[in-house]
Amino acid sequence: MKQRPEKFFDEHGNRLDGRQRDEMRPVDINIGVLSNADGSALVSYGKTKVIAAVYGPREPTWRYNVLPDRASLYVRYHMAPFSTEERKSPAPTRREIELSKVIRESLEPVVMTELFPRTAIEIYVEVLQSDGGTRTASITAASAALADAGIPMRALVGGVAIGKVDGVLVLDLNEVEDNFGEADMPVAAAPDLGLITLFQLNGVMTLDELKEGTDMALKAIERIVEKEKQALRESATEVEAL
Amino acid sequence: MSATPYRTPVVSKVKLETILNMYRRGMRTDNRDLYSPRNLNVQVGVIEKANGSALVKLGNTQVIVGIKLGIGRPFEDTPNEGVLQVNSELVPMASPLFEPGPPDENAVELSRVVDRSLRDPKAVDLGSLVIRPGEKAWVLWIDIYVLDYDGNYFDASMLGVMAALMNTRVPDYEESESGEIIIKKDSPGTPLKLNKRVVLVTTAKIGNYIVVDPNLDEEALAESRLVLAFDEQGTVVGAQKTGSGAYSVDEFYRAVEISRSAAQVYFKLLDSALQKNQGG
Repeated sequence: MKQRPEKFFDEHGNRLDGRQRDEMRPVDINIGVLSNADGSALVSYGKTKVIAAVYGPREPTWRYNVLPDRASLYVRYHMAPFSTEERKSPAPTRREIELSKVIRESLEPVVMTELFPRTAIEIYVEVLQSDGGTRTASITAASAALADAGIPMRALVGGVAIGKVDGVLVLDLNEVEDNFGEADMPVAAAPDLGLITLFQLNGVMTLDELKEGTDMALKAIERIVEKEKQALRESATEVEAL
Repeated sequence: MSATPYRTPVVSKVKLETILNMYRRGMRTDNRDLYSPRNLNVQVGVIEKANGSALVKLGNTQVIVGIKLGIGRPFEDTPNEGVLQVNSELVPMASPLFEPGPPDENAVELSRVVDRSLRDPKAVDLGSLVIRPGEKAWVLWIDIYVLDYDGNYFDASMLGVMAALMNTRVPDYEESESGEIIIKKDSPGTPLKLNKRVVLVTTAKIGNYIVVDPNLDEEALAESRLVLAFDEQGTVVGAQKTGSGAYSVDEFYRAVEISRSAAQVYFKLLDSALQKNQGG
């Protein structure tokens, strides 16, 4: 079990991993990392690594759940047994059930499901290594994988978590800051539409902190989605007109 | 795996137009304004075999909360605290939308939102529930039963949890020579220690409107809902956006402000409902 650090900031006000309070960990986005899936993306926020795969739109496997006017979106968020400090049982936990739901609800506002009635779009997310912010990295990965699968979307979505440690708001909290901090506030948004698509708070915040944290998250998400676009552009093959 | 819901209540276009027309005039179909919750009725101690219980009616939504205390082990990382467990059931009798079986994602979400809104602000004094540090502690089981569903089980459940916690007594016990903890049956017990009270406030976004405590029709029409937990000082102690829609930044902050005022209304409603309950 990890110990609570004595303090979260050094004498210069830097965080334990050397970051400033409004600094992201290095974000890396790799597109098309799987060959079978229609779309895929590997995303890392520092040590947090998640992989997302998209299948569809395709014939639904679950026939009872067919929507006559649009595609059904399916999301499975799952943590690999080796992703955590101590081995995690592969059986789905209540946390994974809830996160699958909120991740689905963070993507539904942008996926143009109305174009594919009676089909299923399936999104599988595996957390390969967990070091805080896995759900928000998952949303970024899922959004990139959906785009890689060529599924029409109104905008791209990105996510980041805001933390509160020693009474200070920090951007993109890592595991230690999450475990021993006072708050974890994951946010996802579609900056091109100006929409917040995921909002959760685990912890205690004043109204001012909540607003400051949300603004901080939204600014960071703009940069994350920019990276997503860049990665997607790089992965695309240029086709010369005949 | 989470899937787009396929069992959703259908609301006719005529009804939608009526609802929006009334919003324009600051009214709702069930006789209240946009920012007021429905009437609240609370009965405590309805289950004698539970250590604490409450039946809550928020409009036509009914929730029963039962609290049980048992002897268990503290978690390894919190040897000086009792254990809090929240579980909820959306029983099939409550609505044609609910299905039998183990808790689905909605029930899990309800449990987890209530759990973290109690745990993070330390609403229950878990330190008072340790018996022998690292070895024995009380396990506080909070079971939420949604009995009749007319929208907004989040707020109704938390009001029920608060009423039940305020009514919970920790049984007396004695230690045997071998160190076993023996609970004294039918002992008067001592009241459970609470550090603070918390309410959940759900707002629904329908068209350009934000409304507090949506009923079932409103929930069906809502693009999205925001559930916020507040303590009596107005500090935010938990949050969850739920539903397939999204909020503009402006709408989001408006919903937060509206919810914060409504939280204080809930605390007042809870107090007067409990008072009425004692009087009758």
